[in-house]
Amino acid sequence: MPLFQKLSDLKNEDFASPWANDGKSRLYTENLSLSIHGNRILKNISVELPCNKITCIVGPSGCGKSTLLKTFNRLIDMTEGVKISGNVFLGNENIVKAGFDDLTEIRRRIGLVPQRPCPLPMSIYGNIAYGCKIHGVRKRRELNRIVVKYLNEVGLWNEVKNRLRSPAVGLSIGQQQRLCLARSLAVEPEYILADEATSALDPQSSKIVEDLFVRLKEKYSIVMVTHTLHQAMRIADYVIFIYMGEIIETGTADEVFHHPKHELTKNYLSGVFS
Amino acid sequence: MLSWRLAKEKVMSGVMFFITCASLLLVVAMGIGLCLRSSPILSEISLWDILSANEWKPAKNQFGFFPFIMGTVCVTGISIVLALPVSLFTALFLTEYSHSQVRKFVYPVLDILAALPSVIYGVWGTLIVVPWISGWLAPRFVSEYTSGYTVLAAGTVLAIMILPLLVSMFVEIFSTVPGEMREAAYALGSTRWQLSRRVVMKKSLPGIFATVVLAVSRALGETIAVLMVCGNLPQVPRSLFDACYPLPALIANNYGEMMSMPLYEAALMLAAAILFIVVLLFNLLSRIILKRVED
Ligand SMILES: Nc1ncnc2c1ncn2[C@@H]1O[C@H](COP(=O)(O)OP(=O)(O)O)[C@@H](O)[C@H]1O
Ligand SMILES: [Mg+2]
Repeated sequence: MPLFQKLSDLKNEDFASPWANDGKSRLYTENLSLSIHGNRILKNISVELPCNKITCIVGPSGCGKSTLLKTFNRLIDMTEGVKISGNVFLGNENIVKAGFDDLTEIRRRIGLVPQRPCPLPMSIYGNIAYGCKIHGVRKRRELNRIVVKYLNEVGLWNEVKNRLRSPAVGLSIGQQQRLCLARSLAVEPEYILADEATSALDPQSSKIVEDLFVRLKEKYSIVMVTHTLHQAMRIADYVIFIYMGEIIETGTADEVFHHPKHELTKNYLSGVFS
Repeated sequence: MLSWRLAKEKVMSGVMFFITCASLLLVVAMGIGLCLRSSPILSEISLWDILSANEWKPAKNQFGFFPFIMGTVCVTGISIVLALPVSLFTALFLTEYSHSQVRKFVYPVLDILAALPSVIYGVWGTLIVVPWISGWLAPRFVSEYTSGYTVLAAGTVLAIMILPLLVSMFVEIFSTVPGEMREAAYALGSTRWQLSRRVVMKKSLPGIFATVVLAVSRALGETIAVLMVCGNLPQVPRSLFDACYPLPALIANNYGEMMSMPLYEAALMLAAAILFIVVLLFNLLSRIILKRVED
């Protein structure tokens, strides 16, 4: 066995996961309300995000979709003047009450794909390895395997295998977004949040990323905010319709899109407002 | 009516252009003036001999700059070594850790500190730093008595002087790291320190470098505060507890005294010219890097 294995020669072998994921945890909220500087943004949200499904959150712009996603991984902490009441659970862990120590682990278990791809200021390899390194995976061999595995997972391996050490900002926007996806997959989250993850991409890259999400739901539970209803109709298993910070209707895609119960949902779907 | 308005516009734009050019020319004129006035000594002794010679005996026509250059380098070096980590951590604390309330209070304080006249830092150094070095610090490290007027005192005072500049420039640079990048790193489970070290500082590396270069150029030229605590002995400092004599102090202490000796005056002019050119170069370098970073 050669002492030094060239990275681009590595195969996508299976290997023992460095994380102790004990089965699937449910992500759900109980009477979640949230206000920013006294303005109520989310009102009494009680909802469950099903495992191994794609759940699409839809609703007019400004209704609180992004805010709800940010509450799941507590990125909402970066906003000032936020008051939260109610609970968000991931398994037995109450996300709303989590201290700083637990938060890093919760954020590992709930990945995020941002609206606009945002590579970290390091190489392609460094971007994928970053999450593992900060959670204490140090062995070069293990990091190599993780990088190869997840670049393969998002179909980026063949495109970048010869320039793993070059800066990630050199990739096209579509490639960057797949890199961001691979980066959050690399720490093996249970849930993946995506906030309009294809809105900044050209139609072709958008399609690639969309197909990736559909494929990934076998292993991950996916919560997407979609900017177009068409996308939601194409890929959603479950749909949550939010209006002015309140959940108006939830259900399977078929129920919500084809047999909506609520008047607001019908109006929204028929394009009366958007 | 209209033409009068246009005429005024023309005149004013001409005047402003002229004034702007004049202030630029002033810098050039100062440089040329310094070089011309220092030419007498350069025609007697070669530049290299002046820069490398150890002896400073104006009465015997010995003008060795080496001790002064080493004094400047040591004081500046110590100040950067002391101020850099402190300012980095302060700026990181302000941008990544602290509440916005804290920032609102600290930023104006930094501006005030940066605007304090340097003689105040000098007085403070004489009253606090010098006795502390001679009475407390030096006896713990060296056996013979030190007055406290040392390279270390000058470096410490200088470090404190450039601290506000460094902190506010670092804060500005760290603030240009996009919020989305912070979100991306936090969303993966970074602690604030991991974010600071691996993302914020990494992204800001060229800016940090440019800031340090700018701070060096500021430290090189600082005169009064350093002169008050450095001891003013023309010798190459061998330890932190030796006195030293940086170039700006040499000029400020002696200019105007022995104008009867033409070579002496030319020597001081040469010191000023060297300082001028070095500071100009460092400033330019820093600005070029910062410009690159912005693009
Ligand atoms: N930082 C903030 N400060 C104050 N209000 C905010 C802030 N961020 C979002 N909001 C408000 O919260 C509401 C929901 O925003 P958001 O969740 O981004 O909506 P969506 O993603 O559905 O378009 C909006 O009315 C917006 O004005
Ligand atoms: Mg949004």
